[in-house]
Amino acid sequence: MQFYQHTLTNGLKIIAELNPSVYSVAAGFFVRTGSRDETADVSGVSHFLEHMAFKGNEKYSADDVNRIFDEIGANYNASTGEEVTMYYAAVLPEYLDTTLELLSVLMLPSLGQEDFDMEKNVILEEIGMYDDQPSFTAYDNIMATHFANHPLGQSILGTKESITALTAEQMRAYHADRYKAGNIILAVTGNTDFDELIKIVEKHCSNIPAGNCQRALPEVVAEPRLQLVTRDSSVQQHIMQMASAPKGTDDLRFAAELLSVVVGDDSGSRLFWDMVDPGFVDSAELSYNEYDGAGTWMTYLSCAPEDVETNLKRMQSVFDEVNRDGVTEEELEQAKNKVASRIVLRGERPMGRLSSLGGNWVYRKEYCSVADDLQTVRAVSLNDINALLKQFPVTMTTTVGVGPRETLSAE
Amino acid sequence: MGSQQFESFLLANGLRVIVQPMAAVQSAALTLMLPGGSIYDEPGKFGTGAILAEMIPRGAGKFSARELSSEMDNLGLQRGVSGGVGYITISAATTADRLIDAIPLISTMLLKPHLAEDQFEPARELVHQGLNALEDEPKQRLGYFLRGCSYAAPWSNPAEGILEDIEAINLDDIKRHHQSLILPNEAVLGIAGNVDVAVIKDALNSAFGDWQQGELPELKTGGMDASPKHVQHDSTQTHIGIAWETVPYRHDRYFEAWATVSLLSGGMSSRLFTEVREKRGLCYAISASINTQRDQARVFGYAGTTNERAQETLDVMVAEIRRVHERITEAELQRCKARAKSTLIMQQESTMSRSSSLARDTLHLGRVMPMEELRSRIDALTVDQVREFAIEFAPKKMVLVTIGPEQLDPTSVSGDSVAI
Repeated sequence: MQFYQHTLTNGLKIIAELNPSVYSVAAGFFVRTGSRDETADVSGVSHFLEHMAFKGNEKYSADDVNRIFDEIGANYNASTGEEVTMYYAAVLPEYLDTTLELLSVLMLPSLGQEDFDMEKNVILEEIGMYDDQPSFTAYDNIMATHFANHPLGQSILGTKESITALTAEQMRAYHADRYKAGNIILAVTGNTDFDELIKIVEKHCSNIPAGNCQRALPEVVAEPRLQLVTRDSSVQQHIMQMASAPKGTDDLRFAAELLSVVVGDDSGSRLFWDMVDPGFVDSAELSYNEYDGAGTWMTYLSCAPEDVETNLKRMQSVFDEVNRDGVTEEELEQAKNKVASRIVLRGERPMGRLSSLGGNWVYRKEYCSVADDLQTVRAVSLNDINALLKQFPVTMTTTVGVGPRETLSAE
Repeated sequence: MGSQQFESFLLANGLRVIVQPMAAVQSAALTLMLPGGSIYDEPGKFGTGAILAEMIPRGAGKFSARELSSEMDNLGLQRGVSGGVGYITISAATTADRLIDAIPLISTMLLKPHLAEDQFEPARELVHQGLNALEDEPKQRLGYFLRGCSYAAPWSNPAEGILEDIEAINLDDIKRHHQSLILPNEAVLGIAGNVDVAVIKDALNSAFGDWQQGELPELKTGGMDASPKHVQHDSTQTHIGIAWETVPYRHDRYFEAWATVSLLSGGMSSRLFTEVREKRGLCYAISASINTQRDQARVFGYAGTTNERAQETLDVMVAEIRRVHERITEAELQRCKARAKSTLIMQQESTMSRSSSLARDTLHLGRVMPMEELRSRIDALTVDQVREFAIEFAPKKMVLVTIGPEQLDPTSVSGDSVAI
């Protein structure tokens, strides 16, 4: 695998990791925009815009876009998060030109009124779908509660009210503001030739307007907060908790990833042995999440409503022990073996490498090969874990519950 | 794209093994499919297979549960043991050099599980927890009810079990299940990755040589739940499930069936997506796909839609299903083919995906269908063929299951309103 980079005259950054021995090529636009970049009056616009991107431009209608993607047998999709909106496709190498043409259509859509009005219904349906999933409701709420008064707390989907009120003009303004070439990365992985790629990109992407975007990076003020959302129709109680952890540019993030595997991976972790294996809960997990200028520890617990307090105590004692005594050399080694395996397996497919390639550049303007990642993982020491625990102990500040419980009794 | 080479062989005890060496990758994966799925659960004890799958990794041979887990984690082994309808499946993947070391661990786990007294309660409790969690996932619950109305027992037996039966199951049931169902002559093992066939063969003979053959108990066909079925749930969306009969993977005309469903739901230019979501904005999630057993198959269709629009969603879905034979164009069929061929080729990049295909093909077809053959069967499909199939196998009456606050009018799915 070989890494290449190039910048178009309009400022669009192209990064590629190419490998002639795979069968496909994957390409993705990573737009550095998401719910955190919205103002309250346009809550949900980034995600709605992601949908609208597929409705075409003057040359291609929505039907054309869908049809052509299917004609080239593309495996494609898009996603919107708090900070990045991604549009990606994996195809056989002979279709790269058409793929980049279509992806560039997605960057400059017409955002017509008729399509906007119709797609609004689909967004409302999607909101309805997630409404019926208590674990998703818990996620939405934990982010909003932990990041209260902070951009990361803003909802990705928006609400029924904010989406209903949103106008096409507001979306066009947001699009013009955020979809500038300096704010977009084009990442390509797999089987293609870099010089050919640049020619194709110049052909299709030169009309993306130049420009850069700002993003506010306020500090996170983590205060203890508890919120319960009562859902009588839910059988289980779903609890999520959150605390501050290393941000996306912090070197401690690798230690954080490994610690989350030792303590809260969905198998073979401390939470697993203490809570899942004995059958006390359906799920008990800890994960580490990185953001621009922030990071979080996040827990997820699902269990019978009457067992919540007991299970939270169990989690607490697992965390207390880790904070006090750290982890063992064997545990760390085991976590490294697991993570290394995941890196290798995921890295075998161009699609598997794409989000790593794009993500590393969007967050850190950095390229890391599979070999680099493996080396970094192997290099994490117990000292790093201890330094991490000192600065970012696994001590939850924010708690959200979704389910039949109306109150939680105090310790 | 290189052509695949794979080697099939039989161990002395009848275990069918297929190995596909892949020189361009670093990893290797295995998929072992065993009888023991929920079709063998007795009435009143649904969930036996699920508990067995949960107990298998909980200590085996000289290893306690934690020791076994540690050994596997230290090999970087990504793995799972899952109870399905037809089979219990063990899947595992790691770097190719370490898969050889994983094989004896997997065989020990499978052939000498402790199935210990003190592990039974936790395992049963975990399956119980999983069933509770399912109650909060209406889309997955729908699948359970849809199967119940579409397949005669025991093929309608839910893989996860049911809440009512879980407490009635005991450890002897689990042991009996393991004893009578985990048989090499009824199992299939697929391995794909950067491996040497000779080395694998040796490792397998060594690890699985002592596994004794046997005969599976016979399955007795039972009844089916009535349709239409409505399940009351106070949800924002109504979840709609539709089902009808089609041909299984091993059938001569499977690819025509596949193409028909692909026209309906094979991509964003497909008919259901276009008519229900794009043009009318009636839903976010809509799909149809073939669910194939060895000897029978159904098409399962799904849509989730807000309650007020549910009737319209149902009626539009059914209309499109009934119209699928109309105006099939060459271009439309080409799109289905392009997507299939793409998927086929890209699948070659994933050892996990390949090992799974090797095993499933063998179970359904008795052999692995080479990629070239698959490609040419897809290429050979014509519009006329697909249209004729869609007409001949058109559903008259369809199964309908809904989960939501209100029942829907089932007229469109009944056999009466058909005009072909």
